[in-house]
Formats: sequence, structure tokens, C-alpha cells
Amino acid sequence: MYIVLNKDRMVIEKEQDVVPYRNRVKEFAVKIGMSLVNQTKLITAASELVRNMLKYANGGVTTIEVISKGRENGIRLIFEDKGPGIADIKLAMKDGFSTGKSLGLGLPGAKRLSSEFDIKSTVGKGTTVTLIKWKNG
Amino acid sequence: MKLEIAKTLQKKKKQILELWMQNQLKDESLREDLMSNDELRKESDELLNYLLDSLNDENISNIQSSDFDSLNEMISGISITRARQGFSPKETGYYIFSLREALLQALHKDFKGDVNDLMTVTLQMVKLVDGLAAVTFETFIKGREEVILRQTDEITEISTPVIRVWDGILALPIIGTLDSARTQVVMENLLVEIVASGSSIAILDISGVPAVDSLVAQHLIKTVSATRLMGAECIISGIRPEIAQTVVHLGIDLSNIVTKATLASALRYAFALLKLEVKKSTKSEV
Amino acid sequence: MDRIPILRMGNFLLVTIQVDLYDRLAQNLESDLVQMVSKTGARGVLIDISALSIVDSFMGRIIGNIGSVSKIMDAETVVVGMQPAVAITLIELGLELKGVHTALNVERGMQLLKEKILIEESEPDEE
Repeated sequence: MYIVLNKDRMVIEKEQDVVPYRNRVKEFAVKIGMSLVNQTKLITAASELVRNMLKYANGGVTTIEVISKGRENGIRLIFEDKGPGIADIKLAMKDGFSTGKSLGLGLPGAKRLSSEFDIKSTVGKGTTVTLIKWKNG
Repeated sequence: MKLEIAKTLQKKKKQILELWMQNQLKDESLREDLMSNDELRKESDELLNYLLDSLNDENISNIQSSDFDSLNEMISGISITRARQGFSPKETGYYIFSLREALLQALHKDFKGDVNDLMTVTLQMVKLVDGLAAVTFETFIKGREEVILRQTDEITEISTPVIRVWDGILALPIIGTLDSARTQVVMENLLVEIVASGSSIAILDISGVPAVDSLVAQHLIKTVSATRLMGAECIISGIRPEIAQTVVHLGIDLSNIVTKATLASALRYAFALLKLEVKKSTKSEV
Repeated sequence: MDRIPILRMGNFLLVTIQVDLYDRLAQNLESDLVQMVSKTGARGVLIDISALSIVDSFMGRIIGNIGSVSKIMDAETVVVGMQPAVAITLIELGLELKGVHTALNVERGMQLLKEKILIEESEPDEE
């Protein structure tokens, strides 16, 4: 399975936390030598998910990890919130679906930008999204 | 009774090395063309030193023990080097297996008195060398994989050249299948070159793409859309009749994309967009 | 409060985004720009995003909004200088920035705006 090489946690409470968070993700991605396009994809996906966390759950905790599997290195991001949760994940993952007034590209878009993507949610308890972007993937 | 195999081996180090070298030299798979015998002897001597120095009667049956880390490291180094030098797996494997023979030959005299002891000793030696051989194969294959990966990178690199055909016009001939990894490289090279050259038109020539299925078409559409986002136009040329047919049969909508049959007609179209004209000169001399 | 400066150049409004955007800043830009278009009667809006290392769906939507609202108020919007990595990411994300024009750099963007406005102005005469 995955070996975690490096780890950092950040609490996201307000909108202004997003910019430093994005910079932190970038630092990690640069450190493992991720290409510029993959960095941009990763940070954009992270930006979408952090916004969701702020918008629907008033913030939460994010974890940034450098992981390795075999010869591949990558970044794993975990977003945990204690918000209302998502009732129908399948529907939430559909392009163009949004309970807020947005384009509804956040979740499905973030999934397309990631190498691996997982979402778990319990209504009333919160949501955890995990994504992995491999250095060359 | 303790057999003290490790001690016996250490005492007989010189003899083992001689036996090992003899085994290696008499084998027909010896690659004197890749490695001189002196070098081989030096390497074997060093490896044997590492092995016997880290060996004791406790760890002899446990090759995973951390006592062997430096030994394993050295074996890995040797295997990777051999993979790069072009040794075959068999030749590399024999290097280690011939050591087993030497070890057994050396121990045989001391333990031949008791069949049980001989059996124990033999088993332990076999296990020990098998462990080393496993390391060898693993790293040998890793070494090969690295070679393959590097070549793959090189192929991707050279298979996506971006050509400046005219001031403001880029052409990108794609040869081979377009998968998502390749599309990303193609897109990136193209867009970076668009910025660097300030070109406003890019021609994607797919004459060399064997087949276009819906996935490839999607990759093409993505590339065109990304080019437009940057503020440049993208034309797809080199669409053969078969490809045009499959595209229509698959129900792929390319109506938002400018498509041309040949690179020449794409270039003509690009000239028109840039309001350029190509005229036959009236003068006779060139 | 943080605001992104909007420059006026004749008929055009010019915005260069030099800092990483967070959502409030982007929203302010949208309303400021729309206000400026109405106040100055500008015919074109040029947004330079060459310094932006990422554009996510929210910023994409803001840019799209600026384009659509300006269009209603009779101004064309052109986005210039998008980084290649940003363009690739936007496509993967599923955003195509409909409603705005794009150009490689500020110079080309200006040229494009001038052409657009010229065509519009000359159209009635041709009929």
C-alpha cells in the first residue's frame, strides 16, 4: 500500500485561509518534482474541495501528505469536515448538479483532475474527501 | 552441537574465492566481452568479504536480518550495473548461483563425516544464496525497468515535435496512438510553444494516427478547446476517409472544430485567416 | 479592503490580476468592473490573467459572469495571457469560458477588441 513520507495539517476556517493552503500544496508538489500541469491540476482540485468545505460546512481540517507506492511518488490530500454531509453522493458527483448557486463542477471536476478520488459522507456527521495525484499521472 | 558454519566459512575465505572464480570462469555464459576477469575477481572478492563479515551463526538462516543490509546494497548495485551493461538475467543469476556451489564445495570436506550435519549445512547455504539471488533478480528487473522507462520518456519526447511552419503558424504532426498520457504531453508542448512563439494558429496533423475512436476524438477536442482558451485557433488536418467514416459512425461531433483533409489545405486556410496570400512570382529567375 | 485596480484606456477597461484570487476578491472585481462599464460606457474589457497560476470553477464563473454582464451592457470581454497549464486544467475541469473572447497577450487582446467593435460599428452602414 502507500507509504507516507511527509505530512502536514491545516485548519481551514475562513476564505483567506485558502490562498496559504494552496501555496502549501504547491510547495509539497514542487518538492516531489511534479510537472507544472499536474501541479496546476492538483491545486485546482484542492481549491474546489476547500471551497466546498467552507461553503457547506463552515470549514474543516485538511491533511497534505507525500506518499509513495512502489516507484511512484504522489501527493494525497484529505479534507474532513463536520458539515451536514451529502445525502446522494452519486448525484453530487454529476456535472452541473449543485445545491448552492454554483456551476456544479466542483466535485466532479476535482475528480477528473485527480489520479484517485474517494468521498465518504454521513448525513448530519460530515464528509471526508481523499484525493491522490501521482507525480506522473 | 553447534556447527559453527560461519566460522568455518570465514577461515576458508580464500579457498571459496578460488572455487567461485573457477566456477565462473569455466562456465560458458561468462561475458569476458563485458567485464574483464580481473574486474570480476575484484568484485567477487569484495562481495565475499561483505558476506563473510556480516555472517554469524545467528543470522545465517535469516537473510532478512539487517546485518545483511550492506551486502544486499552491494548485490543490488552489481545487479543494476549488470542490467545496464547488457548482461542477461541468466548470466547475472549464475554469478550468484556459482557462489553457492563454491560454498558447498568448501564446506563439504569439513562436514562429510555426518550425513545429518552435511544436510543441515547444505540447506542453510542453499537458503542463504537463494535469498541473495532473489535480491539480484528483483534489482536486475528494476534496472531493466528503468531503462525501459527512460526510453519511453525519450519516445514521448521525440514523437511530439512542434514545428513553426510560418510566422504565427505552428504544426504538430502526431504519429502513433493518442492516449491520455500522450495527449497531455502533446497539449503541453503545443500550448507552451504557442506562448513562446506568439502563434495564433496551430495545425494538428493526424495523418500518422492509425485509428480515431471516441476516446482519441475526445483528446483531440480537448486539445482544440485548450488552444482556444489560450486565444489561438486550432485546425485538425490529415483526416483520411476511413477516419472520417468512423468518426461519423461513432456519432462523434467534430462540428465545432475546423477539419481539413491535408496539411496543405490546412495551411491554405491558415493563410486566409492571417490574410496572407501566396502568389506565383512574375519574375523568371529565382 | 483588497481591491484589484481597474485602468481606463479610452474606450477600454484594463484589469491585470497580479495576486492569487480568493473568492471575495474575485466577487469584488466582478461588481467593480460592471459598475465601471456602466459608469464609463466602455466598449471593451480586457482581463490579463497571465500572473494567475490557477483558475478554478469559481474564478471561471466570475470571468464568465463579467463577460455575460458586459455583453448585455454592450461591451466585449477578452481574457488574455492564460498559462498553458491553466488552460489544460480548465478543460479537464469542464469549463470553456463561454461568452468571453481569448487572446495570447495584451497586444493581441487590444487588437481583437478593436476589430470586434469596428465590425459592430460598421455593420449598420453595410445594410
